[in-house]
Amino acid sequence: MTSYLQARYHRQQVPRWWWLRRRTYTLFMLRELSSVFVAWFVVYLLLLVRAVADGPAAYQRFLDWSASPWVVVLNVVALAFVAYHAVTFINLTPQAMIVRLRGRRLPPRAVTASIYLVWALVSAFLAWLVVG
Amino acid sequence: MPEQITLRVARYRPEQEDSPTFADYEVPLRDDWAVLDALNYIKDELDGTLSYRWSCRMGICGSCGMTVNGEPKLACATFLSSYAPGPVRVEPLANFPVIRDLVIEMTDFMEKLRRVRPWLIRDEEQPVEEGEYLQTPAQLDEYRQFSMCINCMLCYAACPVYGLDGDFLGPAAIALAQRYNLDSRDDGAARRLTVLSQPDGVWDCTFVGECSRACPKGVDPAGAIQQAKVPSALAAAKSLLLPWGGR
Repeated sequence: MTSYLQARYHRQQVPRWWWLRRRTYTLFMLRELSSVFVAWFVVYLLLLVRAVADGPAAYQRFLDWSASPWVVVLNVVALAFVAYHAVTFINLTPQAMIVRLRGRRLPPRAVTASIYLVWALVSAFLAWLVVG
Repeated sequence: MPEQITLRVARYRPEQEDSPTFADYEVPLRDDWAVLDALNYIKDELDGTLSYRWSCRMGICGSCGMTVNGEPKLACATFLSSYAPGPVRVEPLANFPVIRDLVIEMTDFMEKLRRVRPWLIRDEEQPVEEGEYLQTPAQLDEYRQFSMCINCMLCYAACPVYGLDGDFLGPAAIALAQRYNLDSRDDGAARRLTVLSQPDGVWDCTFVGECSRACPKGVDPAGAIQQAKVPSALAAAKSLLLPWGGR
């Protein structure tokens, strides 16, 4: 039940554009939005797998479709967002996860650095697979 | 005459207005004055009707949380000179109902705090003759930073999730739950887990991280919440895989 006093409280509302009011809020919202592009890359990868499974003609069609300007633009934007997603995810990891090595807590920088190192190694391996 | 600075203070007097208005006050700009000193000057010299909470003046009681130029701050730890030449906008803490001027209603927070049982829970109390519950420095370090919380609620004012969904348990309450969960003397983690795993518990948090930036005591509530998600997820997975399993 609302008392007479409570009825006179001023209820503060969160403005609709609250996330534009502070840089950190905006960066957070962009991080949230980046998930959509992560999902797009999953769909794109599945389309690629299906095209490969359907034979050379389907694969060629997929390549032609991928070269169309709007898909290229979409993928460039998606790449930027996915990179942002990955970087923010890695940077937040030591806050979310305490990593212990032989009973000792690893310093946050070591956690971040090791993930970047693994990322670089995997990327180098994939680049070698494609180019080498 | 000393240099002056304008304090633009939110006023809400429910008996005379329906929504808050702003009033400007000219106060001396002194290097050693915090926003709280300026408010005390207004109250003593200019307008005795201004209402706000304060107590210790040294950043430990957590009473004087307010919004200064849009940021949640402790008025006693925020210096006027940082905002020169002004004006300095002083408003009540965001996301809470306003009772009057800069005074917010905090019952919701107090109730949430109580829900996480922020005290040591023991399965068995050790007899007094056996002495204290001993703890190593390493065990202390596990929870120490979370124990620095002064319940000032700046993290709730900074949290957009709490602003949009008032049922969210919130940063400080979860950080304090984690403070006791990580304490080697405590046996209450399972009981707190039922509160933390509720839909309005840890899973409401989307890791905006603003709570940790706002905290005047260097506590990392955002980290505490993410860390509390791990046992919550493990318990959920366990109950899914072993629905008839013992606890």
